[in-house]
Amino acid sequence: MSLYYVQKFLYELNRDPRVQSEYEADRDGAVAGYELSEIERDALTEPDIGLLYHLGVNGQILMHFAALHKIEWADYLQLMRDGLVQHGPVREGVYAVTGYEGTDAHSASLGQVTPNTNAKDA
Amino acid sequence: MPLVYAGVCPHAPGITGRQDQADPAVRDSLYVAFDTMRQRLEASNPDALVVVAAEHFANFFMNNMPSYAMGMADFYEGPIEDPGWLGIDRVRVPGNRDLSEQLIKSVMETHDVAFAEEWRFDHGISVPLHFLTPTYDLPVIPVNINCQGPPLTPLGRAWNFGEAIRRAADARPERIALIGTGGISHWPATPDSGKINVEWDLEFMDRWCRNDRDQLLSYSDEETYLDAGQGGFEIRAHIAIAAAAAGSKGTLHYYEPIPIFSVGCGLADFAL
Ligand SMILES: [Fe+2]
Repeated sequence: MSLYYVQKFLYELNRDPRVQSEYEADRDGAVAGYELSEIERDALTEPDIGLLYHLGVNGQILMHFAALHKIEWADYLQLMRDGLVQHGPVREGVYAVTGYEGTDAHSASLGQVTPNTNAKDA
Repeated sequence: MPLVYAGVCPHAPGITGRQDQADPAVRDSLYVAFDTMRQRLEASNPDALVVVAAEHFANFFMNNMPSYAMGMADFYEGPIEDPGWLGIDRVRVPGNRDLSEQLIKSVMETHDVAFAEEWRFDHGISVPLHFLTPTYDLPVIPVNINCQGPPLTPLGRAWNFGEAIRRAADARPERIALIGTGGISHWPATPDSGKINVEWDLEFMDRWCRNDRDQLLSYSDEETYLDAGQGGFEIRAHIAIAAAAAGSKGTLHYYEPIPIFSVGCGLADFAL
């Protein structure tokens, strides 16, 4: 497993429009130069946000990858939750889940209203 | 010239990027608080603004991660993120290379620091500047403390770094303002995004306002992670500002947990 190189690729993709163009034109080619397992390559090219989160990719890197794929915020959060259900807890890195009940429920407990949120986020 | 301003504010990208998804009354109260902070900052009549932030893999990565870095350029650019996603237009922000170099040399007397002649601001700096220097006419000196990629610098070192910044600023003829951005409790960009520990935030900000060094430095990263999420590691920025304002008392002007912005929003400054 090479979480470092998964994140390295995403770091370079996030910050460099040229890498983004390359990835758009040829996803396999774009990741070819990185030391990745087959699972990691597939997760990056498919892309599989939930699997990448399970593998330990930092959310500060992953959220931009999701945005690049035009994934809305609430959907991004849900994909990570689905990934944990499907693949199990985060394998590496700093993350552990806390059983958070979601933005809407949390807002309500604080006496706030959060309009227009995606139902999936509840 | 002694430091003219020292404050802290949040920097979460949702503050601008997800503004349409928030309760308008709550959002607007935060925006008013930011604008009030802008007025206090402007009233200090600064020549330059030093922004101590915790960036998020925009310029610094684990191939070569500095625990501390300071910008040394005449201009910067930001945000590095998609402007549509962040809700902030990309701009060129003025810097001051000479002043940066003088500050860096002074800081280096007591604290190792990397320097960077290129820096593309991410939301850690771009969100605060959007509110605090909306016309981008104040030279900015960006400073980063690595709060993302462990191993992380100990809190006591962040305090020492803040003291070094204070000494460096005091030795300059320019009027230097200082802000720290980040925190407080949050679990950003994870499935727990939106969770906020209000009690923990208020306790931390109470310690910050009292500028109680021992209490500020008493958190372990293990405790912080459990109680305040990985976003809580960014208290290093707050601690550096408290050290720079050591001996002064602070005021928490605004605090509101805003789940859709994924963060407890605390805006505070010291009476220097
Ligand atoms: Fe942050």
